[in-house]
Amino acid sequence: MKISREQVLHIAALAKLGITETDVDKFSVQLSNILEVFESLQQLNTSDIEPTIQAVASQNVIMCDEVRPSMSREDVLANAPQREEDFFKVKIVLED
Amino acid sequence: MTTLSQLTIHEAHELLKARKISSVELTNFVLKRIREVEPSVQALITVTEETALQQAQKADDLIASGEISPLTGIPAVIKDNMCTRGIRTTCSSRMLENFIPPYDATIIEKLKRNGMVMVGKANMDEFAMGSSTENSFFFTTHNPWDISRVPGGSSGGSAASVAAGEALYSLGSDTGGSIRQPAGFCSVTGLKPTYGRVSRYGLVAFSSSLDQIGPITQDVIDCALVMNCISGYDCCDSTSVSRDVPDYTKCLNQDLKGLRIGVPKEYFVQGMQPEIKTAIEAAIKKVEESGAQIDWEVSLPSAMYALAVYYIIAPCEASANLARFDGVKYGFSFQNALNVSDAMEKTRQHGFGAEVKRRIMLGTYALSAGYYDAYYLKAQKVRTLIRQEFDRAFEKYDALITPTSLTTPFKIGEKSDDPMQMYLSDLCTSPINIAGIPAISIPAGFSQGLPIGMQIISKSFNEETLFRIAYSFQQSTDWHKKKPQI
Repeated sequence: MKISREQVLHIAALAKLGITETDVDKFSVQLSNILEVFESLQQLNTSDIEPTIQAVASQNVIMCDEVRPSMSREDVLANAPQREEDFFKVKIVLED
Repeated sequence: MTTLSQLTIHEAHELLKARKISSVELTNFVLKRIREVEPSVQALITVTEETALQQAQKADDLIASGEISPLTGIPAVIKDNMCTRGIRTTCSSRMLENFIPPYDATIIEKLKRNGMVMVGKANMDEFAMGSSTENSFFFTTHNPWDISRVPGGSSGGSAASVAAGEALYSLGSDTGGSIRQPAGFCSVTGLKPTYGRVSRYGLVAFSSSLDQIGPITQDVIDCALVMNCISGYDCCDSTSVSRDVPDYTKCLNQDLKGLRIGVPKEYFVQGMQPEIKTAIEAAIKKVEESGAQIDWEVSLPSAMYALAVYYIIAPCEASANLARFDGVKYGFSFQNALNVSDAMEKTRQHGFGAEVKRRIMLGTYALSAGYYDAYYLKAQKVRTLIRQEFDRAFEKYDALITPTSLTTPFKIGEKSDDPMQMYLSDLCTSPINIAGIPAISIPAGFSQGLPIGMQIISKSFNEETLFRIAYSFQQSTDWHKKKPQI
């Protein structure tokens, strides 16, 4: 399975991963090589098999809906790269 | 004579209980050892000297008041992907280089309640992605048995620190072999518990259906002691299992009469290092001498597909788990971007290393429209086949034994050019994570001075059988007592 440059750029965009020109070519080769090995899985017949999402098979584990103290605001904001008052600051999201 | 830092937890515990040494003394000795060997080994990202001595003093106070548990006052190293409140937790990544968690992981809370002394945070492959610790953003860790070679990964720092006497035990995490393989490479004991046995709350997530935290220790008795402390249900981890924790030390029994052990031939791959085959076969014969019944002709054909399953599922889950690193709430944040999207892209471009990017891309591709069925869904179905095959095997056998790795520790730089070569390091260990079952690696010999690990596997929540077999082996051999000359 050959991964083209266009596909690499598309995947990088989906993953919000900035990528240089050299990286595009490098990843195209490396990902293609890795995926070739995975073609072996197609040999197996899994038509009647259910997928396993997770080994433990617990279901519908939910938290009780009760009010409890959460992490303090100072703790939450302590690692903020850009902070303004009690907010995380980011570049403008919605323009006119 | 055993130096203080080569004491096992249970030996140190007796000395502490009898007041023959204090935790402060023991900790100071370990800190001195760290200063001595770190220039060669480089196992630690952060040495927490001040914290350690404060905790040691607290431990001594506890001991003086008669309150001592097996881990009280014992110096430990924690892999740097487990959140430690107020102490930087980097995952060996530029992305979290200056991240200081505002909370402790559940296992840290448990260890603290038992009087642990944390001497440092261990180096690892970035975000736990790797098998050699060469993917660390900061530096590579060196194998104490031969510093030109890798300690294994991704818990390379955790394993190397125990081997080099920089801690009496450590915690690692294992997604495809990341506790067992470095334990094998460094000649120490490493356990990946059953999925759901140990809480993952506070462990920076890599692959949520595969990750597990586990102990790396000098022997299996110590492993059982740490497991007694860290195991158990946690309401903060929705995948943790509500099941009683037995006293794992009660199953340390030399006699293996009645145990049926299978040796799956697919794990003795054509082209594996012959000395490893010889050593593991000799080790299995030793286990047989203790009374176990060995079946040498077991076949688990799905083992051959496990690596492909792992290298689809893990990157897929990682691509989702690492989406949170966007420079907004914490971590590396690229400034001077054009807009919010550019800021996120550049943050991730400059914050992540090559292997992390590769796996995010692989995972994103395998989950994307048009490829999800062929890759992710297919892998999850093959996962069922692998699990079913293990289930059938455990109807006939109490445990399976395989090599931990097909090679002894390789030279630093030897496999870093070809990602696929590196991925093959996980051949023997990754099927276990796929199935969610427990496995332990214990020292089983050497080849030209380089460690060889033996892996023992059992069914879910049957750590007791692993401990029983490992204990018996460690009573009749002394591989685990050998220490590197460093």
